[in-house]
Order: sequence, then structure tokens, then C-alpha cells
Amino acid sequence: MLTIRNDLRDKIVAHARADHPDEACGVLAGPAGSDRPERFIPMTNAARSPTFYEFDSTEQFRVWREMDDRDEEPVVIYHSHTATEAYPSRTDTSYANEPGAHYVLVSTRDPDQAEFRSYRIIEGQVTEEPVTVVE
Amino acid sequence: MAIEVRIPTILRTYTDGAKQVEGTGSTLGELFVDLDAKHSGLRDRLVDDGGLRRFVNVYLNDEDVRFLAGLDTPVKDGDTVTVLPAVAGGAG
Repeated sequence: MLTIRNDLRDKIVAHARADHPDEACGVLAGPAGSDRPERFIPMTNAARSPTFYEFDSTEQFRVWREMDDRDEEPVVIYHSHTATEAYPSRTDTSYANEPGAHYVLVSTRDPDQAEFRSYRIIEGQVTEEPVTVVE
Repeated sequence: MAIEVRIPTILRTYTDGAKQVEGTGSTLGELFVDLDAKHSGLRDRLVDDGGLRRFVNVYLNDEDVRFLAGLDTPVKDGDTVTVLPAVAGGAG
């Protein structure tokens, strides 16, 4: 289950809308071991594509080093799909390399209603999980 | 003194859970061969026929080695090499 604050959820959706039709991507960092997302870190999509995303490698290094220094980990890794459903694709599944993270998918295919769903992706297995939004 | 190598979570199965290991070599390529001798199978996750694997990021101190000389990048005692799997995906 993913428990996430309303304001963080809204920031993710706003980022996805802003980058549409390109895929948006980013991280929510939280204290290591807490499973609590706290810090919103939008990332540059170096692929700048409507169907692919990739964190810029230098930016990723900086963010991962910063999380390490702050004793945080990537609790949520999010990205958006701009024309398809908010479900992990085969590409998403094969490149999911943080087994401890919640993989959040947003779909901006509908201009009025964003889809926001969360998954665990461990060793190639995708499991959807419920999302609890808190104040 | 040796070269410190930081290992991401997903590759710690090769290092008995260690997040940091040590190795020697005068280039990144040599370092990976040295690491593989101690942590069998690790090199194969980092390198393929074409060189450094596409979705694996390797940094020498603060720089992505793709902007240096890839596997030919010289390394020396006291350097830190960090491995991070690329974060990527997408609908299509």
C-alpha cells in the first residue's frame, strides 16, 4: 500500500500535466526505512519523449548522493503515460531497478481526469497496490 | 589504498549485501575484471559486448564515465566509482 500526502500527489499530477505530451518523471524521497514519501523531486526526462523517459544521469547522481547524505531513499519513483493507461509497460517492468520503491504511474490521456495508480515491481513481477491519500 | 566502489541495492546480491567494495586497476575496465574475481557475476551486469551496459550509469567521483573514456577511463587509488542503474521506462 502506498500512503501519500495530498499535496505530494497533486504535485506529481501537476508535473505530469505540465510536461504533457512528453512523459514526466521524478522521485519522492523519504527517510530510509520509513516507507513515507516526504520530499518531491521532479526530474528532467532526458529522453523528452511521449513514450519514453530516462533520468538524466548527472542529475540522478546528484539526487541519489543527496538522498544518501540525508539518510533518505527513493520511496516513490513516478512517471506519466500520456496516451495510454496508468499501468506499467513491459519497458517499465524490465527497467524497474529499485525493488524497495513504489512505482507510481499517472496517465494524462484524459485532459480532465488524471489516473494515479501505484505498483510494486520486484524481479519482473508487477503488483498493483492501493493508494491512501492523507492530508 | 584501493578504489572504493559503491554498489546499488539491486547488485548487492553479488557482494553479499555490501554497499561498498574495493578493487584495483588502472582503468575502469580493469577494475571491473578485478571486482568480478572477488564477486563473481558482477561484471556481466555492468558490461556487455558493446562496452558499458546501456542502462547502467557509472561515475568516477562525480562524473558520468560516458563523458570521460568509458571503460578506458583511468582510475587510481583513492578514487570512488559509483554504480547506479538508470531509471527509465515508458509506455512504448
